[in-house]
Amino acid sequence: MLAEEVPVEGEHSLEGIDFITSGEQYLAFLLGEEQYAIDILCVEEIRSWENPTQIPNSPNYIKGAINMRGIIVPIVDLRMKFNIGKATYTEITVVIVLTVETTDKTRTIGFVVDAVSDVLNVDKSEIKPAPAFGGCVPQNYLEGLVNSGDNVVTILNVKALQAVEPHQLS
Amino acid sequence: MSVDLSQFIPSFLEESFEGLELMESSLLNLEQGDDETINSIFRAAHSIKGGAGTFGFNNVTEFTHLVETLLDEMRDGRRSIEQNDVEILLESVDCMRLLIEAIRDETQCDSNKIAETSVLLEKTLASGNSNTSSDNPEENSANPSVINPEDALSKWHITFIPEHHLVQTGNDPLFLFNALADLGDLTLVANCKELPALNDIDAEELYISWQLTLTSKANETEVREVFEWVEDECQLIITQEETVADVVDEQPEETEIPANEPAIIEQVANKSEEQISSAISTDKNSSASAAEKTGTKAKNDLGSIRVGVDKVDSLINLVGELVITQSMLSELGNDFDLSKVEKLNSGLEELLQNTKELQESVMRIRMLPISFAFNRFPRLVHDLSKKTGKEIELILKGEQTELDKTVMEQIGDPLVHLVRNAVDHGIEPAEARIAAGKSQKGTIILNAYHQGGSIVIEINDDGGGINRQAVFDKALEKGIVDENTTLTDTQVFDLIFEPGFSTAKELSDISGRGVGMDVVKKNIQSLGGRIQVESETGVGSTFRVNLPLTLAILDGQLVRVGSEIYIIPLITIVESLQPQKDLINRVSGDMVLYRLREDNVPVIPIYSLFNIASEFEDVESSLLVVVEDDGQKIGLMVDDLLAQQQVVIKSLNDNYQQVEGISGATILGDGSVAMILDIAGIISMAHKKSEMHQKHKRDLQYKATQQISEGANL
Repeated sequence: MLAEEVPVEGEHSLEGIDFITSGEQYLAFLLGEEQYAIDILCVEEIRSWENPTQIPNSPNYIKGAINMRGIIVPIVDLRMKFNIGKATYTEITVVIVLTVETTDKTRTIGFVVDAVSDVLNVDKSEIKPAPAFGGCVPQNYLEGLVNSGDNVVTILNVKALQAVEPHQLS
Repeated sequence: MSVDLSQFIPSFLEESFEGLELMESSLLNLEQGDDETINSIFRAAHSIKGGAGTFGFNNVTEFTHLVETLLDEMRDGRRSIEQNDVEILLESVDCMRLLIEAIRDETQCDSNKIAETSVLLEKTLASGNSNTSSDNPEENSANPSVINPEDALSKWHITFIPEHHLVQTGNDPLFLFNALADLGDLTLVANCKELPALNDIDAEELYISWQLTLTSKANETEVREVFEWVEDECQLIITQEETVADVVDEQPEETEIPANEPAIIEQVANKSEEQISSAISTDKNSSASAAEKTGTKAKNDLGSIRVGVDKVDSLINLVGELVITQSMLSELGNDFDLSKVEKLNSGLEELLQNTKELQESVMRIRMLPISFAFNRFPRLVHDLSKKTGKEIELILKGEQTELDKTVMEQIGDPLVHLVRNAVDHGIEPAEARIAAGKSQKGTIILNAYHQGGSIVIEINDDGGGINRQAVFDKALEKGIVDENTTLTDTQVFDLIFEPGFSTAKELSDISGRGVGMDVVKKNIQSLGGRIQVESETGVGSTFRVNLPLTLAILDGQLVRVGSEIYIIPLITIVESLQPQKDLINRVSGDMVLYRLREDNVPVIPIYSLFNIASEFEDVESSLLVVVEDDGQKIGLMVDDLLAQQQVVIKSLNDNYQQVEGISGATILGDGSVAMILDIAGIISMAHKKSEMHQKHKRDLQYKATQQISEGANL
């Protein structure tokens, strides 16, 4: 059905390819038991956990910095930042590296999450505002909630994630 | 034929700045006077005018035209080269720069100055002509302001023999003729003698030449101007018949050149000469220095760099080598067994060699000769010496010494400051010099040379030297030192880098406000360099600036603290040592000092400063790396000393933020990240920490005494 609508450009079968008909794609991941998602276009790469080099006097959720092909990338543990679940580092712990362009500069930061779970196709209209009470995640990080099957996925605001809060020597 | 010209504007700007540089430096040399120099100045002005005309920057064209006219008179020997004219020309170069900068920044420039200078130029042109012993009056027509009394019509005979390729360069004779026709009555006769047989004709070549007769009020300059664009690609003979009161003769008088009339035949400067001059300008001036030179706050476009083809070629060669080595190694890896270990080793060695050379070549691309920074000084000194009335000779040495582009860009202003100081404070007025038995002319020497991994720039003057007593008195007055302090000469001279320190008796607009030397020092330090002063009363002063060759690579000492590896810049390290127990002193409670010969060096444990775990927490079992910044020595406590190596500096700021005590990060051989220590930052951190510590202690004491007093009350 879908294949018929798409103009045939080659001999290749188009079956089985997940076409995006509408909306945007989000990368879903796990923090503890909870599902979160971010705009997939910002994802630079997904890496396995490696021990970073400590950055002196940084907050505890900043695990340090790693070398990603010659770029120094700071690593933020989202579980510690949002106080969700336990920050353990196992073989399946992954780091999602995000690159976000803001008006004045581009930042690349890695975020430690428990696992990457899915890619979601979400139409903008499906995103509902998050209720403004409870929860460990500060409101400015939340873009909205979206239903995926039986689960509720929290969509995080990548711009807010990228903004490193300046911290002082304690 | 609609081509979007705007895409060429950046290169026009770049070339114009180069041209201006060339004009300026040549003008300064012109003071001794020679033909080749004036020719090159003229050509530079001419190209700027031409370029500006193409893009329709009329104000530049008009202004440059005046300059060109003046230069032309000098070139033809109709005007002797006088200091006064050179000054005006220098000023004109400034104006042209203003105009071109205004184009670059898309702003309006100070039209007053331009207008003033053009009036000045016109005046010079007018006056100069009446003075010169010009042998015939006709030549005066070259001057637009005196030409053509009223309506006198002149009859011009023009022989125009274009080269065959004229039309290929986008010129159309028809346009020229139309332009001429606008000036007056034009008749023309085409000469088709050279026209080959139809079979041999190349449609893109021009085989025709023309005889033109123009009756017009226009003067020679105006007529010539029409041909300006094709000047290089044709033979042009322009002759003037006697001034005619009214137009009589409509017949063209063809090839005949009246012998009694002054015939000005211009064999146009041939192409190769042009090319040479442009090659020279490419060599000597780059966009970097051109933009740098402006010294304004305008957005200097330093986004590009000019690289010699040889450097690029060597890079390509090296990359080729690298590819060969890589394929050799991967071949080796296909079916590897132990018998091939030797081959592998030699392959790896080659790889090492290649990468090293590649690294050096890439760094060389960023390296520019320091002449880019030095170039501005002849003009500066020239202007300053005029302003102060001191006679000064500037000698530049080691101009070919290469330096990283970034360092070069940032060292310019501090150097200007030092040179200004040398002129203003260093060199004494002529009377004083003669009285002191020195030659009337002061000398300032700018010298650059490599020393180890750094570059040294010396600014030397043979002036009066720094008055030691005056500096000391001033320091007393400011409360920096007290009367009983004994200071070495170096220490005294270092005082001049204190903020707000000036011993100049009166302020001038050149220097002496006391802002500056501290800024100079700060700028140099921010580049990882240092500055020293040597001075002898009556003999002169030398400021010596030490700078790292590049900001991208640093020689570092790797140290280990706990499980972390840090890099200490080698340049800051005084020495590394194993502490001896009896030299460790604890003072004022918690401070640890280490006796290093006669110095007491405060010991700063990195582990506590950075809140990390460390192997050793006592001074005796750790190692001490004594580092120095800004005269302050501290001992950094580390667990182990590792290798010394060159590291590539990466910014933490790009993706994170500035971290106190850390100047950047780098990537080690195993791919891991290591932090580079910022010694100045660590010192200030330690200060803060001890202050906090003391405050905390005071609070505790306060609490304790309160408790005691409370207890007593009970």
